[in-house]
Amino acid sequence: MHIDKFTPKSDMMMLLGFAAAVLLMPLWLQPFGAAYPDLMQRFAIFGLFAIGFNILFGQTGYLSFGHAAFIGVGSYTTVWIFKLFTLNILPAMVAGVVVSGIFALIIGFICLRRTGIYFSILTLALAQMSYNLAYSVLTPITMGETGLQVEAADPRAWDAPLAEGAVPRTNLFGIEMTDFGGLAGFYICAAFLIVGFYVALRITRSPFGSMLRGLKTNQNRMSYTGLNTRPYALAAFVISGMYAGLAGSLMAAMDPLAGAERMQWTASGEVVLMTILGGVGTLVGPFLGAVAIKYFENIFSAIDGAVLTSALDFLPDFLVSGLVPVLSLFVGKGWHLTLGLIFMLVVIFLPGGIMEGYRRIKARFSKQGEE
Amino acid sequence: MSVLEISGVNKTFGGLRALDDVNLKIEEKTVHAVIGPNGAGKSTLLNAVIGKLIPDNGTISFSGNSMIGLKPHKINQLGISRVFQTPEIFADLTIMENMMIPLLAHRDGEFKLNAWKRSDQDADLQEKAAKYLEYVNMLGKSDTHAGSMSRGDKRRLELAMCLSQEPKLLLLDEPTAGMARADTNNTIDLLKKIKADGMTMVIIEHDMHVVFSLADKVSVMAAGHVIVEGSPDEIKVNPKVREAYLGGAEV
Repeated sequence: MHIDKFTPKSDMMMLLGFAAAVLLMPLWLQPFGAAYPDLMQRFAIFGLFAIGFNILFGQTGYLSFGHAAFIGVGSYTTVWIFKLFTLNILPAMVAGVVVSGIFALIIGFICLRRTGIYFSILTLALAQMSYNLAYSVLTPITMGETGLQVEAADPRAWDAPLAEGAVPRTNLFGIEMTDFGGLAGFYICAAFLIVGFYVALRITRSPFGSMLRGLKTNQNRMSYTGLNTRPYALAAFVISGMYAGLAGSLMAAMDPLAGAERMQWTASGEVVLMTILGGVGTLVGPFLGAVAIKYFENIFSAIDGAVLTSALDFLPDFLVSGLVPVLSLFVGKGWHLTLGLIFMLVVIFLPGGIMEGYRRIKARFSKQGEE
Repeated sequence: MSVLEISGVNKTFGGLRALDDVNLKIEEKTVHAVIGPNGAGKSTLLNAVIGKLIPDNGTISFSGNSMIGLKPHKINQLGISRVFQTPEIFADLTIMENMMIPLLAHRDGEFKLNAWKRSDQDADLQEKAAKYLEYVNMLGKSDTHAGSMSRGDKRRLELAMCLSQEPKLLLLDEPTAGMARADTNNTIDLLKKIKADGMTMVIIEHDMHVVFSLADKVSVMAAGHVIVEGSPDEIKVNPKVREAYLGGAEV
């Protein structure tokens, strides 16, 4: 098996390439019909979520099925700061990350008493518990099914009061998220994504990162090397929980409301799919997986029979009338079917995800170059 | 002076007496082999020393400090390293990263959140890793994927990882089990070199060739007891050993 060698120089190139690709998304996503700010924000936010999730799952091998809970905690905290203190997103996001970090510390402390499938089940159970609490006991904090919203009349301690009936808009030192047709919001998300990617890169290359990979490979040897494995796993859990909290905070910053549906187990499962689809343990993979899944969710689900008919216009009529009903199953509401098929194909033929596909293509080309 | 002292240790699993009043003293800078037929309690004894299981009673002390009830990582920190029957290395990582983990543990202790520095820029540790890889004759392979190596190479890497922590006592559980003859001989040569450099070792072994080419002292276990103790030459001719272990056959 080949292991790539990374140097500070190659890492800097990777970071620059990543930053350029993210910042130029409004240009290169144009031909794919995905260059609208709302969707690009989602690419960045879920990319951040997946990159953080990979620090736990990809590096240490602990598979959490409850990370959506931290998205929820981050969102609720952020909206409460918007309601009580200021509409500037920075303090709200700091609070979101800190509170979800504390929450992750508690959940991680409990769940990391077990490993493997038992750990996964514990995280799933605790996350579902949080989700149900948000709908029941915690209604005074979460506003239950209506969701937590920011209103003009909220008593913001640090802001001047808004006029009655004004729409409260979140801002970063005066720049509103909706400015420049929403691009302001996207570039703020992009900045967080790039910083988040850089931090993940540093963690991966650090002695701490080595310890996390050691934990994944051989916990026995870790113990007999004089290392206490529990705090390492817990630190990775808290860091990935803080990434999830940051993603939740960004969601609330872009659209100032928070609802419990973000915490459902399907959202936790989705980030697992993103990471596996992109490439577990790689740095760029989880982001690519997040983009792929969000793209399918938004673009494939928008295709309907009429779009298909016009796209297949060049074919003879009898073929169109035969194909459209079949293909319709895979688009529109059936986009999950397409995603499921792609996911199966990737797991069977490319267990290392999109990144393994990229490595194979690169290896083939470099081999041809040598011959 | 004895480094490791085991006295009056008992361990029962259900109705089975795995260790029956075991007494053992390991002298500094000697190689002490523990031999015996399958099920004699050799591995149980090693597991008791390393903290994997707690004996029912008796004392185990290292340089005068009791080790009963200590967790494995605490026991390692006292200066005891263990080599396993199946080499326990980090199979998914490169040889260099395999070396970095024990070196970091030795320098930084059981936990340190050192998440910002690059480990490949730590010249001091890289140099130390290279020194121990050279010692086991593996220098120049540092980017190799550890899991893809032969049994003998994995063993040498494991030994380099253990030695890099400068242990006071090295425990080896059948260090040549499952190895081809050439690998066995290489491993014996390496262990002889480690012995010559003054390491205290306890070796559990089946292979008499390994035992008689390394050991200063041999303890023979049978049914949870230490039945005989002596120099390799004494053990070779002892009738009790032949009966219990060798079945009366010629060595």
